[in-house]
Amino acid sequence: MEREKNKNTTTEISQGQIDLLAKLCNAMAVSGDEEEVRQIILEELKPLALDVKVDALGNVLVTRNGSAENKVRVMIAAHMDEIGFMLVNDEEGGLFEFVAIGGIDERQLVGKSVIVGKDHLPGVIGAKPIHLTTPEERKTALKLDQMRIDLGVDIGKKVKPGDRATFATKFAQIGPSIRAKALDDRLGVVNLLEIIKHAPENIDLLAAFTTQEEVGLRGAGVAAYHFDPQIGIALDSTPANDLPVWDAEEENTRYNTKLDHGPAIYLMDAATIADRRLVDWLVSSAEAEHIPWQYRQPNLGGTDAGAIHKVREGVPSVSVSVPQRYIHTAAGMIRLEDWANTLRLMQAALGRLTPKVLNR
Amino acid sequence: MNDILPLLKKLLNAPGLSGHEEPVSQIIEEAWRPLVDEISRSRIGSLHALKKGQAAEPRPKVMLSAHMDAIGLMVTTIQDGLLRITEVGGVDARILPGQMVTVHGRRDLPGMVVQPPAFLLPAEVGKGPVDMQYLFVDVGLHPREVAEVVRVGDLVSFAQLPLELSGETMAGHTMDNRVSVAAVTICLDLLQRRHHDWDVWAVATAQEEETLGGALTSPFQIQPDFAIVIDVCFAKGPGGGASWRLLPLGKGIGLGWGANIHPALYKAMQDKADELEIPYSRDLMPRMSGTDAMGIQVVQSGIPCVVLGIPLRYMHTPVEMVSLRDIRRVGRLMAEFITDLAPDFTDKLVWEA
Repeated sequence: MEREKNKNTTTEISQGQIDLLAKLCNAMAVSGDEEEVRQIILEELKPLALDVKVDALGNVLVTRNGSAENKVRVMIAAHMDEIGFMLVNDEEGGLFEFVAIGGIDERQLVGKSVIVGKDHLPGVIGAKPIHLTTPEERKTALKLDQMRIDLGVDIGKKVKPGDRATFATKFAQIGPSIRAKALDDRLGVVNLLEIIKHAPENIDLLAAFTTQEEVGLRGAGVAAYHFDPQIGIALDSTPANDLPVWDAEEENTRYNTKLDHGPAIYLMDAATIADRRLVDWLVSSAEAEHIPWQYRQPNLGGTDAGAIHKVREGVPSVSVSVPQRYIHTAAGMIRLEDWANTLRLMQAALGRLTPKVLNR
Repeated sequence: MNDILPLLKKLLNAPGLSGHEEPVSQIIEEAWRPLVDEISRSRIGSLHALKKGQAAEPRPKVMLSAHMDAIGLMVTTIQDGLLRITEVGGVDARILPGQMVTVHGRRDLPGMVVQPPAFLLPAEVGKGPVDMQYLFVDVGLHPREVAEVVRVGDLVSFAQLPLELSGETMAGHTMDNRVSVAAVTICLDLLQRRHHDWDVWAVATAQEEETLGGALTSPFQIQPDFAIVIDVCFAKGPGGGASWRLLPLGKGIGLGWGANIHPALYKAMQDKADELEIPYSRDLMPRMSGTDAMGIQVVQSGIPCVVLGIPLRYMHTPVEMVSLRDIRRVGRLMAEFITDLAPDFTDKLVWEA
């Protein structure tokens, strides 16, 4: 039996886009050293012959002007950096003390493999054997300062303090899902590249691939100053905490977002109160095109919009995220369909954007 | 057997949780078949391989015992398409969140162990480690499809691929105890070009991590004159401190010393290591050795045992680390020891010699 075709639920992500996302996710770009991802982006942009600039913070700034009258200057930001580690002390014999960069739950680190430095040398974060620990010890979470990155006994000077590291997780497509490290925010990056490639003529698209989001939204503010946009949008990924409560009798009412429910439109997080005119514009675009969407529950967290909206005289801003389980761990998980619907929503909304959206 | 790495990688990637050793057992059978005269399975799934000696029958017998079973997880229930799990063998729940696994359902599914956000857990869990009962395995499928493919009792193996690190070290899951199976293979290979009087029974035992099932039953069937048990031992590493239990990694093998080990056999093995200049440390096992020797020693009228250890960091995690040098040392020591076994060696295994 032929599967019923529904325009708004069929995944339209191409293999080329999946391959590009895989390349971006497998690259290492810990906050402060986004070079690997920046190179991939610059390579993708090259054939488009657009105005591309790399600024003082390492942001990639792309301008693509529309040809229509009454254009809106829209800045869209997606951050290139990811959470990770820096080696800080060589204890010899392949063992290195390290610190975390970005928000990482220390309980997620033990027993993981990592990649270190420009050559992605393999290493592991080990743990004391269960045989040598007491039941009392096992009730205490291991602290970061008790852990070491171990690269093997003869690593010598091939790595050194100051080198960055991240999880060694390889990108995988599993049925309807994608499992990878750094989906936060390589999904935003791949979507922004797609938007640039098919930008509508009614906007001046000011695309910012930003640095240092995970350590304080530092690239985005600088980028927004440069662009001086009328509207700011952050494309990011947000937790889908949609697992069941341990006590199955209780309902999970604080899920933030849910997988399979489409792009998450922001109302308020710890860094931004979304501009309600832009929220309405996104929602009405989704409804008009029958694209599934969800509100992200008003909650903590933040995106590049937190920096963008306070630049110069202020920039009305909003964020749109792909819901993701297990964000900021060795591997996150998203649904291809949520990715497709996020891209579809952005293209639908941008296509109908006029200066009137900002009318009070 | 110049390069043990390809076989070791195959062994590491083969499933074979305690009580369910068949997949890895097939890999081992394939590797051993050209090196031995007879090969068979025990009633509970241990693999028995005989390489006949050259003395006249009845020949004395030495048993080489390396357990092949792996630790892992098992599905206990399915909730909203997510799998609850328990352990097979000793697993510290603190190493589980974020681990890649393979769920052996009606077909193999890639999955990962996940730790739910704090607000979904009992308040007392707080920032502490999350008990295994609260963790899930997520296989990335919609609940309906999970229900079609996964059942309670399905096995879950670790999926971390083996990593080659610097200085001939390797990290991965189930180094405990597939490295010892590799060492036995090296020994069998070296013996191809040797004269040895004794029959050699190479045994890949089942269920060491849970019941010692293989160690208790295979010697009953084989009736060896003595046994060499090969297992991993604790290597010095982060978090271990300066405990007397820890041996340096890659600097030589462990010679077990304690209640499970026959002192005359220990002495003979130590002398052989000295003669060959194979570096070793005495691996103190004051009470029980935590190896197959615990079982073998008390089978029938009792069997003298010696324990050879391959030092390993991060035991029972998916990043267990060993040195290939130590694996080769154990293989060579066994081969030389067996080559030089006199037909009357059993007579020398006496107390108060």
